[in-house]
Amino acid sequence: MNVPHAHLLALAAVLFGLGCLGFLLRRNAIIVLASIELMLNAANLAFLTGSRMHSSAAQPSLEGPIFALFVILIAAAEAAVGLALVIALYRLKRTAELDSSSELRG
Amino acid sequence: MSLWYLPGLPLLGALACGLLYLFSLPRRSGGAHGHAEHAHGSGATDHGHADGHGDDHGHGAHAVAPGASNPLFGIFAIGPIACALALAIAFTTRLIGLADGQRVIESAPWHWFDAGSYQIVVSLLLDPLSSTLVLVITGVGSLIFLYALGYMAHDEGRVKFFAYLNLFVAAMLTLVLSSNLLGLFVGWEGVGLCSYLLIGFWHRKGWPAEAGQKAFVVNRIGDACFVLGSFLLLRLFGTLDLSDIGAAVVSVRERPGAAFELALAALLLFGGCCGKSAQFPLFTWLPDAMAGPTPVSALIHAATMVTAGVYLVARLAPLFAASPAVLNVIGVVGALTALIGASTGLVQRDIKRVLAYSTVSQLGYMFIALGCGAFTAAVFHLVTHAFFKALLFLGAGSVIHGMHEEQDMHRMGGLRGPMPRTFVTFLCGAAALSGLPLLSGFFSKDEILAHAWAHGGIGVLTWLIGLAAAAMTAFYTWRMVALTFFGNARYDERAHPAHESPFTMTLPLMVLAVLAVLGGLLGLPPVITHALHVPHVLGDWLAPVFAPALALLHPGGPPPHLSAPIEWALLGLGALVALLFAHAGFHAYANGPELDGRLSAARPAATGFLGEAWKVDASYVRRVVQPIQRLAHLIATACDLGAIDGAVNGAGTLFTRVARASRAWVDGSLKSYSLWVGAGAALLALWWMFV
Repeated sequence: MNVPHAHLLALAAVLFGLGCLGFLLRRNAIIVLASIELMLNAANLAFLTGSRMHSSAAQPSLEGPIFALFVILIAAAEAAVGLALVIALYRLKRTAELDSSSELRG
Repeated sequence: MSLWYLPGLPLLGALACGLLYLFSLPRRSGGAHGHAEHAHGSGATDHGHADGHGDDHGHGAHAVAPGASNPLFGIFAIGPIACALALAIAFTTRLIGLADGQRVIESAPWHWFDAGSYQIVVSLLLDPLSSTLVLVITGVGSLIFLYALGYMAHDEGRVKFFAYLNLFVAAMLTLVLSSNLLGLFVGWEGVGLCSYLLIGFWHRKGWPAEAGQKAFVVNRIGDACFVLGSFLLLRLFGTLDLSDIGAAVVSVRERPGAAFELALAALLLFGGCCGKSAQFPLFTWLPDAMAGPTPVSALIHAATMVTAGVYLVARLAPLFAASPAVLNVIGVVGALTALIGASTGLVQRDIKRVLAYSTVSQLGYMFIALGCGAFTAAVFHLVTHAFFKALLFLGAGSVIHGMHEEQDMHRMGGLRGPMPRTFVTFLCGAAALSGLPLLSGFFSKDEILAHAWAHGGIGVLTWLIGLAAAAMTAFYTWRMVALTFFGNARYDERAHPAHESPFTMTLPLMVLAVLAVLGGLLGLPPVITHALHVPHVLGDWLAPVFAPALALLHPGGPPPHLSAPIEWALLGLGALVALLFAHAGFHAYANGPELDGRLSAARPAATGFLGEAWKVDASYVRRVVQPIQRLAHLIATACDLGAIDGAVNGAGTLFTRVARASRAWVDGSLKSYSLWVGAGAALLALWWMFV
């Protein structure tokens, strides 16, 4: 299996763009969190692609996969905190729409 | 005895009076002041009441006139100038004892300061010229001080008044005694300061303060010229020593291009004289200076300070003699001033303003003399004028005092009855001023006119103007006498009866009257001195001082004397004009001031023109003051409000607007922030990819 690097990076860019648009355009907090996950995974894909681009059989590069592991870890933690926040928000406002929380607007 | 005592004694007097005044001022806080004020307001009977309640300062008199109740006040006030007079007489006697041509007493020099290569060494120098001035200042000054003691007897600021007056005498003596132009300038500015302080002495009335400021400001214009002239002299001669300058004029004039600079320096110095001696076009401050107490008018604005310009030209006679063009300017300015002053005096109603314009005109006479190179005649007229004009001012002050502060001659009349001593002495002064034959003013004025005639050229013009001014002088002088002392009383005799002034005031009047009558003996005209074999006292006394200047002016030997017939004719003409116009002036007004009303009704434009001194003041307002005010307004609106305030306010407005505009971007919405973050990240990515 020999997918060209450009395709992988393009896929990462498309995923990132989708996540970015979702983050910017959607109002539901859960969708926004999901979009963040999408962007993180796009980044993971880019890391892994990068790692594959710069490693050879003689010198395998492990930085990319390790970074990806870290990102998954952080993303899990972030999802936990984020979902907790969403639940707290829902309890407070009876909705998960982000635009409903604008009390700190200057 | 050093010459330094002469200005030093009045300076000490000024200090003593000033300290006495300061330490006797009522304390501002505490109840004592209030009690004293109360006592003052409700009459003398309450004084005991105030004293009874007196706390730390029990004397009610202190609050009324701080320091005046101190027994030392009289000594501090009069003592210094009396001692200075005695010293002046002693020094002059010593001067007379010296050989002719070596009559100079010089004090120990004082090394004041160095400026680069210039050393400023000031000493006091008494020669025949300065001794004449010193005698006039201390002599007439002593009499006026004595008079002022009576005149100011009811004024609460009289201790301060004598402090200023003493300071004035100190400055004036510094002016005439200094051997250095810079030292002279110290005195010059000192008398200006005292003049300002004394004109505005009654500043609570409002207009005296303004008059003082006017005098100060107008004199600044002249003084700026004086300073510029001094700088020029310093550059040309490398020294400011007056006798060194006089001695070096001939050699400096030989240098190429120096003649013009010499003339310019002389002209600039004369500009200073125009301010101090109230010459056209800077004379307008002097009539307003009459707002000061009358002794001040007599001492400063008639007898001494205003003659400082005449003294300066006489002192630097060689410098002026080296520039005949400047002398011509001086003569023409003097003649013009004499004419303006005399014609304005014709229509004034205020007795002091008549005398003020008369002073302007007589000073013009002195400058006519200087312009003809007749330095002795100028000093002679300076001396006689000091006698009779001081007398007239003091007489006017006595009248004003006796009339309860009335100065309008239209509301006087018939005062020869209630004020006999003032009347007789005033008559002497008036006769001398108008140049009635054989009195002091006759001889000094005649000497000036004779010199102007003999000078030829432009001198004849000044002679003609001088003669016209003499006619007007005789007219307004006797108009003044008639309005004041003759006719019916035009005031409420029963409510405010006029009274004769106390002895301290009439005694100086009598002494000055004698001087005004006999002062002419100092300088009899040549025809008389030849006929009677008597000397021209002042002429012989001053001859060595003016000899270098006259040698410069007349390189081909002394100018020929006028022939005896011409001189008799000029004398006769002067006498005739004086008598004729004195007679006319007296009879036109002997029965009252009705003629004034008829004249102003028939010729309102002409009388208005004369009444406002040829509208010089009005033209200053229109041509100088108003343009400057407009310019100031322009600068205030365009530069200050527009540029400076605009820049400062604009900076604030700019930031407010930028903040208001950028506030839309900081809307608190997480999404728009992330959009910016995302857009920025995308831009960076593009940057790295393509650049």
